[in-house]
Amino acid sequence: MPECSGVKEVIKLNQVTAKPAAERRFMSGNEAVARGAWEAGCQVITAYPGTPATEILEYAGQYEDMYSEWSVNEKVSLEVAIGASLAGSRSLCAMKHVGLNVASDALMTQTLVGVKGGLVVAVADDVGLSSSQNEQDSRNWGRFANVPVLEPSDAQEAYQMVQHAFELSEQFDTPVILRLTTRICHVKAVVSPGERRENEVAGFEKDMAKYVMVPGNAKKRIPVMFERLEELRRHSEASELNYLHPGSDQRVGFITSGPTFLHVLESYPNAPALKLGLSHPLPMEKIRALSQQVERLVVVEEVDPLLETEIKAAGIEVSGKDILPRMGELAPHVLRPAIERLLGNAVPIETKVAPPVEPKVEAKTEKVPGDDLFPRPPTMCVACPHLGIYYCLSHIKNTYIAGDIGCYTLGAGHPWNALDTCICMGASMGVALGLDKGRSKDDDKKNIIAVIGDSTFLHMGMQGLLDITYNKGNVTVLLLDNRAVGMTGGQDGPSTGRSLQGEETLRVDFRKLVEALGVKPERIREVNPYELPTLFTALREETKANEPSVIITNQPCVLVDFYAPKPPLTVEEPDCNGCGNCLDLGCPAIYVTRRETEVKPNGKEKKLSFVQIDSAACTGCDLCPKTCAPDAIVPMQTAQQ
Amino acid sequence: MSENNITNILVAGIGGQGVMTAAEILSQTALQQGFDVKKTEVAGMAQRGGVVTSHVRFGARVLSPAIAPGEADILIGFEPAEALRWCTHLRKDGVAMVNVLRQKPPVVNTGLFDYPDDPVAEIREAGIDVHAFDAGAIARELGNPKLVNTVMLGAISGYLPFSAEVLKSAILDRFRQHKPKLVEINEQAFEAGRKADGTS
Ligand SMILES: Cc1ncc(C[n+]2csc(CCOP(=O)(O)OP(=O)(O)O)c2C)c(N)n1
Ligand code: SF4
Ligand code: SF4
Ligand code: SF4
Repeated sequence: MPECSGVKEVIKLNQVTAKPAAERRFMSGNEAVARGAWEAGCQVITAYPGTPATEILEYAGQYEDMYSEWSVNEKVSLEVAIGASLAGSRSLCAMKHVGLNVASDALMTQTLVGVKGGLVVAVADDVGLSSSQNEQDSRNWGRFANVPVLEPSDAQEAYQMVQHAFELSEQFDTPVILRLTTRICHVKAVVSPGERRENEVAGFEKDMAKYVMVPGNAKKRIPVMFERLEELRRHSEASELNYLHPGSDQRVGFITSGPTFLHVLESYPNAPALKLGLSHPLPMEKIRALSQQVERLVVVEEVDPLLETEIKAAGIEVSGKDILPRMGELAPHVLRPAIERLLGNAVPIETKVAPPVEPKVEAKTEKVPGDDLFPRPPTMCVACPHLGIYYCLSHIKNTYIAGDIGCYTLGAGHPWNALDTCICMGASMGVALGLDKGRSKDDDKKNIIAVIGDSTFLHMGMQGLLDITYNKGNVTVLLLDNRAVGMTGGQDGPSTGRSLQGEETLRVDFRKLVEALGVKPERIREVNPYELPTLFTALREETKANEPSVIITNQPCVLVDFYAPKPPLTVEEPDCNGCGNCLDLGCPAIYVTRRETEVKPNGKEKKLSFVQIDSAACTGCDLCPKTCAPDAIVPMQTAQQ
Repeated sequence: MSENNITNILVAGIGGQGVMTAAEILSQTALQQGFDVKKTEVAGMAQRGGVVTSHVRFGARVLSPAIAPGEADILIGFEPAEALRWCTHLRKDGVAMVNVLRQKPPVVNTGLFDYPDDPVAEIREAGIDVHAFDAGAIARELGNPKLVNTVMLGAISGYLPFSAEVLKSAILDRFRQHKPKLVEINEQAFEAGRKADGTS
């Protein structure tokens, strides 16, 4: 039985408290993962940005003795890490949960190949959907791919477990999944870091039977993989990552993994709790032993009932998703009432929390402060280059708009409401083609538009465009090149011309790229998204053409460091006729000062909104004047004269 | 302090107001005082005018990082409607320190929703000990709207398990390291915040 050094440290983790200040650093889970990987002698670390995992690579990029890169997507990212592992380097690939869907093709076969240098996939689940299109449980991949899953519960554990993960990977010749959640990635806690340990890179050695997965070779690797899983199962029973937190309260015992361990400890400090740091494969005997000690056993896991299903299948009686929610965080205020109910105790009325994003509807029983408060959904930035695009899209009729993932997804919201679909990165291309090919008779004249950002296009959109051109689709693509991965905070990539470390590198020429993908040169246009008339013309003409066309925008995200704000504009109030046109842009710097209802000669009522511009916020992008017929929007200086 | 001698501070506001910085300073100060600390950072949508909250928990040993509804000792509201939104997170005898400077989102500016007439009064009606003042005005008087952060920390400094002086020197040390020119003005902002709450 291989034994892992470093385990002893891991077990101490949630039992240590005060250390001398010098040894304690306050860091997020993401920083802790980068730090742990670096200390473990990781040589190659790769990622594509994605909340909540983005900062892992941003921190990793600060270590000069570790190669780190933004890859174009998660699949490529994992493949680079795989190559590095086969070259004998310890390597880590970080991504958000949906990223592993993209990378899964590589993972599902790499599990047969195994590793040379330790290979760790750090995947962060957005439990509670703070910034994602879905909520999914990445632990499923551990089961699907037959690889071990480590689940830290806070930053200190993340720091230690990532190091442990490399050892586990090498000892068992397997990729290892380090499963994180938002509550680990984005929570800062006290971590006691150490020093980097250099590893000798072993070097690539040809081994076709192991590295070349053709049927004949793969068939031989499958039994090896299952054998490995059995060994890991035995290891899991013995591993000190899986330990019992003892408790005298025998009414209920808990099985926990990841952050839920801390939620349970917080809520029921005297209850026995099995802490599963290595949660796949499960240490079933440890679980059985606990089940015999306590009156009831409850599995507290985020998100899917994976442990629960396996424990039940082993014939052990447990509660789980029958009493706990199947989505979202199992924080103490969610856990406590469920357990109290299970114990047959009265449950105090739970305090309601006013939701920050969705407006409140429905009947309420009692008045809760803040209950009927307005929502504060995220908006596009003041002067965002996407504003003009959505102004146009909301004003043209007879279209279906296939959207994609990025800041421009906000175009689905107020005031634009100009997006008809959003699924996953790159989907706008295929979905648009499908809307075209699958259209009904009634939709014969509909224009199909796809909207996609530069980073998303390079991530997974290019193939979709090729499918459109190859299959002669009638789609107009709006490629919004704002020279940033805006949504995740302005990271770099092949469309920005800068590397993770800020060095100059290739900047993709989108015109050439889409031409190479089969779009005719005359159907490719570059437009300035602040020039509304040009935009309208381009959209009108390109949607009219019965063949694939691409409109590329060329103005940067306002968050990039080279964005140059200009002096603010203002509204000459006597000139403003209250038409409210400029409000349709959705620039957050424009606000309503006064509302009126005008009765027209024909008796019809018209609502008027008179506006002003917040001069502290406006960056003078000069977009809104183009929506204002009476020319009421002017530079501040002119107004003052 | 609530059970287990953990201090729970919820900082709420909107992107760009300094919520994260205030939470970071409180956390670092608690850390220097030898406490175990956990702090959530809700980032991502922050730049885009969305709600930003940070949970700061410190004590002998902090387990779960999230402050449960009804368990915050202190709510620092950088914006009155946000203070109202999060006030149910306070425990019964908790304290809400609120900057009354309003920040209306586009959905209000464009008439889709109304801004509450008096959010502070609604918090008070809920039986909460609410201290409200115009930290924005104080900051502007001192010549820099960014000082709101330090003003708010000054205002809350009398309610913490460490002294106001400890918090003040932590803030000033931070400026001494990064922006020495701003040390003096931040000291004034801190003291003005203390006075605004009448705790000094
Ligand atoms: C598979 C996958 N990886 C990562 C993400 C996170 N993510 C959402 S949008 C986005 C990129 C947005 O960049 P871009 O397309 O350039 O649009 P922008 O936000 O700049 O307008 C990323 C990385 C995701 N949703 N799915
Ligand atoms: S981050 Fe950039 S792309 Fe995103 S809304 Fe702001 S300006 Fe637009
Ligand atoms: S010029 Fe108009 S659209 Fe541009 S930032 Fe100023 S208010 Fe917004
Ligand atoms: S578009 Fe011009 S006239 Fe119409 S509301 Fe705006 S500023 Fe006033």
